[in-house]
Amino acid sequence: MTAVLETRGLGKRYRKRWALSDCTLSVPAGHVTGLVGPNGAGKTTLLNLAVGLLAPTTGTALVLGGEPASSEEQLAKVGFVAQDAPIYAGLTVADHLRMGAHMNPAWDAGAAEHRISQLGLDPDQKAGKLSGGQRAQLALTLAIAKRPEVLILDEPIASLDPLARREFLQMLMEVTAEHELSVVMSSHLVSDLERICDYMIVLVASRVQVTGEVDALLGSHYQLTGPRCDPATLPEDWQIISASHTDRQSTLLVRSDRPIVDSTMTVDQIGLEDLVLAYMSQASRPVTRHANPASPDQSALEAQR
Amino acid sequence: MIQFHLDARSGVSPYLQLIQQVRQALRLGLLSEGDQLPTVKDVVALLAINPNTVLKAYRELEYEGLVAARAGVGTFVTKTLTDGSLAAHGPLRVDLQDWLGRARQAGLDDESIEALFATTFRAASAGNGPSATIEEEVR
Repeated sequence: MTAVLETRGLGKRYRKRWALSDCTLSVPAGHVTGLVGPNGAGKTTLLNLAVGLLAPTTGTALVLGGEPASSEEQLAKVGFVAQDAPIYAGLTVADHLRMGAHMNPAWDAGAAEHRISQLGLDPDQKAGKLSGGQRAQLALTLAIAKRPEVLILDEPIASLDPLARREFLQMLMEVTAEHELSVVMSSHLVSDLERICDYMIVLVASRVQVTGEVDALLGSHYQLTGPRCDPATLPEDWQIISASHTDRQSTLLVRSDRPIVDSTMTVDQIGLEDLVLAYMSQASRPVTRHANPASPDQSALEAQR
Repeated sequence: MIQFHLDARSGVSPYLQLIQQVRQALRLGLLSEGDQLPTVKDVVALLAINPNTVLKAYRELEYEGLVAARAGVGTFVTKTLTDGSLAAHGPLRVDLQDWLGRARQAGLDDESIEALFATTFRAASAGNGPSATIEEEVR
């Protein structure tokens, strides 16, 4: 199956600053993918490259096998809602639907009108007078009515109140199920994505930290707690994502492809939010592998002995 | 038709919560043979969860032989879990209430009672050779 989003060495530089560097990933179709990372990590840059609003400085991006915005056919396959759900404040809700019908060959007018009435939006209302939640729903309605194969959403719920958030996600999941859409959406809040995403991309400081199917990620990470241990004695095939030590206890987050059976430590599964946060803090404070004698963890350990 | 709900603070994954709710409805007689489960679209439109989570839960129930999917129509209950044991619930509940009363009289608080029950339950089911079903519910 063609990947929804496939990038190779993708990078974008603004003057001297790299907003995205060396991004290589492949997101399979049929997933709701969460793109998470702190503000300024490069999420918007990656999504804008994917829809063709930006041109890459290095590398390539393919969406559903095609170059972003390279043809009318390609444009028709991708629905995009930019950050803060931009709409035309001076146009009415009905104007937006008319505009959508003119600009999109596969426009589903019936579904769009049905959705608008289901949402309780007044077609004659100026879009500028809508609430934040209604604006987001209008923008999503437009993106869906063009009948895309993939829906790309940039922080669609960040500015919404909890009720509007819930309503937006309900509508998004309903159409995802109905039309078997693939979705890629960014957020800086993992808790928003936990229930709806089954694929995850963690982006920190312009680089992809980890990517994969949520179940596989959760199944290969283990939280270990137990008596204080020396990182140098841990098995070679454990990838230590985070480690913290008190004078008696060690807490480790370990990535391992084999199940961990350790009699001295308590092994727990980890939740998605904790997992993502661990990768985010790892990126800002790298945990070096024990092969390196100068690793900060180990020197701290030596110092405390 | 039943309606699903999710407890975000339970620590149990949405996938397992859906399965448990169907099993519980079957056990309590709320669902019986021939009843339809909510469609995937209806479930996700209500709970705002990933459609694949619902599909996975329904597939698991299908694998257990409790439901069957009919292409283009929906998912239907094929087996009931009440099988006469429902009648035993009443007397067992009375026994349990009796036991709880004695535990309280002996000075056990809620947490001690739960801990005692959980460890005894685990030990007993380990002795009987635990089934996946029982283990999942203890979690």
